[in-house]
Amino acid sequence: MATHPAAVSPQPAHEEHLTSTGLDNVKMAMWAFLGSECLFFGSFISTYLLYRNRTNGGPDPAHIYDIPFTSVSSFVLLMSSLTMVLALAAIQRGDERGMRTWLFATAFLGMTFIGGQIYEFTTFYEEGLKLTTSPFGSSFFVLTGFHGAHVSVGILMLLALVGMSLAGRLSQADARKVELVGLYWHFVDIVWIVIFTVIYLVPTE
Amino acid sequence: MASSELHAPREEEVRHEHPTPRKYVWIAIILAIITAAEVAIYYVRALEDFLVPFLIAFALIKFIMVALYFMHLKFDSKLFRRFFVTGIVLAFFVFTVVLLTFFLRPETPGVTG
Amino acid sequence: MATAALQQPRRSIFARPTATTGWYSWVTTVDHKKIGIMYGVTAFIFFLLGGLEALAIRAQLAVPNGEVLTAEVYNQFFTMHGVTMIFLVVMPMGVAFFNYFAPLMIGARDVAFPRLNALSYWIFLFGGIFIYSSFFLGGAPDGGWFGYAPLSTQAGQDAASGLADRGMDFYAVGLQFLGIASLAGAVNFIVTILNMRAPGMTLMRMPVFIWMTLVVSFLLLFAMPIIAVALFELMFDRLFGTRFFAASAGGDPILWQHLFWLFGHPEVYILILPAMGIVSEVLPTFSRKPIFGYAAVVFAGAAIGFMGWGVWAHHMFAAGLGPVANSAFALSTMFIAVPTGVKIFNWIGTMWGGSLRFTTSMMFSIGFIAMFIIGGLSGVTHAIVPHDAQQTDTYYVVAHFHYVLFGGALFGIMSGFYYWWPKIFGHRLSEKIGKWNFWLWFIGFNLTFGPMHIVGLQGMPRRIYTYPDGMGWNVWNMMETVGSFMIAVATLIFLFNVAVSRRKGREEAGADPWDARTLEWSIPSPPPEYNFAEVPVVTHRDEFWHRKYFVGPGKTVEPVFSGGAVDHSEHAEHDGGHHIHLPSPSYFPVVAAFGMLVSAYAVIFALPAVAIGILIMTLGFFGWVFEPGTAE
Repeated sequence: MATHPAAVSPQPAHEEHLTSTGLDNVKMAMWAFLGSECLFFGSFISTYLLYRNRTNGGPDPAHIYDIPFTSVSSFVLLMSSLTMVLALAAIQRGDERGMRTWLFATAFLGMTFIGGQIYEFTTFYEEGLKLTTSPFGSSFFVLTGFHGAHVSVGILMLLALVGMSLAGRLSQADARKVELVGLYWHFVDIVWIVIFTVIYLVPTE
Repeated sequence: MASSELHAPREEEVRHEHPTPRKYVWIAIILAIITAAEVAIYYVRALEDFLVPFLIAFALIKFIMVALYFMHLKFDSKLFRRFFVTGIVLAFFVFTVVLLTFFLRPETPGVTG
Repeated sequence: MATAALQQPRRSIFARPTATTGWYSWVTTVDHKKIGIMYGVTAFIFFLLGGLEALAIRAQLAVPNGEVLTAEVYNQFFTMHGVTMIFLVVMPMGVAFFNYFAPLMIGARDVAFPRLNALSYWIFLFGGIFIYSSFFLGGAPDGGWFGYAPLSTQAGQDAASGLADRGMDFYAVGLQFLGIASLAGAVNFIVTILNMRAPGMTLMRMPVFIWMTLVVSFLLLFAMPIIAVALFELMFDRLFGTRFFAASAGGDPILWQHLFWLFGHPEVYILILPAMGIVSEVLPTFSRKPIFGYAAVVFAGAAIGFMGWGVWAHHMFAAGLGPVANSAFALSTMFIAVPTGVKIFNWIGTMWGGSLRFTTSMMFSIGFIAMFIIGGLSGVTHAIVPHDAQQTDTYYVVAHFHYVLFGGALFGIMSGFYYWWPKIFGHRLSEKIGKWNFWLWFIGFNLTFGPMHIVGLQGMPRRIYTYPDGMGWNVWNMMETVGSFMIAVATLIFLFNVAVSRRKGREEAGADPWDARTLEWSIPSPPPEYNFAEVPVVTHRDEFWHRKYFVGPGKTVEPVFSGGAVDHSEHAEHDGGHHIHLPSPSYFPVVAAFGMLVSAYAVIFALPAVAIGILIMTLGFFGWVFEPGTAE
């Protein structure tokens, strides 16, 4: 329940102490959801693995991937996990300003990553790899695009947190909200760790 | 309160021992070095034969480090870890089998590999 | 408390609705009981629709060379019959029972996320309407409920209207839509069951129905994403020209089969486990015995949940996976019959030596066991690969899955209706009419689906819209059609029972009409909005039974003397006296779900309009986050 303790009831409800397991409801829900997401990305990744050599006469992975470029954007996303966790550490010690800075940095790194992905997609299109070219093209674009959509949703949530903080609605007591967005963000990062290795680095044949 | 003792046995409540920001930065540096190593060995011809195991090992280390430290799984309830590990193991298991059925499929006339 | 004057300025556009009666209260409700009733009613309406489709199919097949339906309409009807019964009837019926009874049985006041719960319902309702609207927008899905590529990826034209054939677009988008509802529901119930239990309600004290709910929720959690991906790829193939399943470009239609059945087999257990949970509550109550081997039933349920992940390819024995894969999946499939068998023996053990009361609910539960054994046994015959090669795509398969899903799931659900009706509505359904309902339903069911075993083994393929004379199938098909109309009559009798029991000689139920065992019976019927005036403290499995009876000297069961029951006064200050905080109603779940509906239509008809849907959705979630916690 996303209650707003400060606005409504005089005392913030410490729900986590009222549950049977002593664990927070929303956090448990988030972890359950992330468990589910593993199957989501598992399905897309295995579709890709099945199709990576089926190029239908179009470009193949070995010739189209730009490893140095993707390495940089992978690095950017990896570092965004650091800024995210620093944002959480900031709000946990009550440093709202610091949190905003780190949240904004995270969102910025995320946007850089998305920008890189747009550039990559455009380049691939120009080199003749389209969504409709081959099973390889379809599975590549849909997998990485789906991941990009996850990053974009994460960016929106980060910016929403910054907005809430500026409106004075995100204090030390609400650190859990930052933690939840953080879990999501790190998960998206983890998925990219897998994608970067399995899709980009592991050579085909 | 009497009722709280009747609650189901709680999962351990070992929390609040999150790493310091300094430690987070160190972890990030290690992650960055591993990423650099991944990209580097990708270009080393001599390691070609061992490339895939190395890459997978590196990715695994990165994955586990982010999950344990940045996502706090190391410090949080075991239940969360179970949810997540169940998802990963299940996905790994079923999709390995799916891909095996494709790659080990007998070549029969009329069935394209 | 704040006065009206003080409250006034606080009422912003985000103020929460307060109505507790009238249609408006249903639209904005977050009460798990109201949502449960809405799930049940909606699913029942879809049950009638799916049933009408089945009747049309049977009318067409009653005699050789039938001319009731054209081939196109026939394809749409059998596809929609399957999609309806699985996704819009049996699944949501299970969810209806979860919603209403999971909180009551674990001693909670609501689910963990009441608004998410409302969102699930609205997505389900809109998803159902969305899929059914396809009949008017160029034809319904016609590729079978499992939508095998490449049949499902082909574009075509609807013969009747001349519109582009959008049927499978509606299938791909609509089922993704419904999947969101299931996923949200699954997360909600996992957290509710793990976190919202009353004090003392340990996992091994939970009623079996709750255990089954938990297993089903985990199955949904891990199975829905797989079908979502499959449908997503199908949608992209159809709408945006990707090559996932296009064999001409190197795509592999077998991948669809894998992804579909990876979901599809856990789905089978998603459909049956709620019914098994219901039966596990009904049998002990009407046998006046605790369930036999509680731990074994629970572990068998969990084992089915696990093993359900290792058997999917037995749906694909005819696809040419090769002998190794076929053998492995044949073995795992035979093994999964073991935990199912364990459950059946436990149910029989529960009745053994009990003082049985043959209420309508009990009869449906016993019917469940008998029919499910038949369906289970024919299922084991599918596990034998060469045997399966003969049965695949014949009426034998149709007979099998109707014995488990109708003879199993629907019998269990009917049993649940008769059992819990008094709790939900405060009055019983007539037992006399109920007996008619049961026997007609039971005989009609066997008459419909029994002969399908025979025609199936005689080689009658499923999904043919007509068949020639002289195949030796005529008599059986006529029997099946007669039987299906008997089921229809039985369904009407049920509706008649519902209507009559409300009015004439209404049998007020009281809190505990069946002398039952679990917590929901300890509160008034129908339950008050807050469920429990005082949150119960649980000390036993079958807690309510232990509050009513104790085992006296000489091992005789004796009632607890009045006043000797669990002393409530000690806990009264826990939350008695103060008004009980309940989640306030909210507009935003229905707004967010509506945004998704707009997006769904936009994906098919006008892609850019997806933005409008997303905008509405965003507004819905924005309001969701910013509305105050209570209406005050």
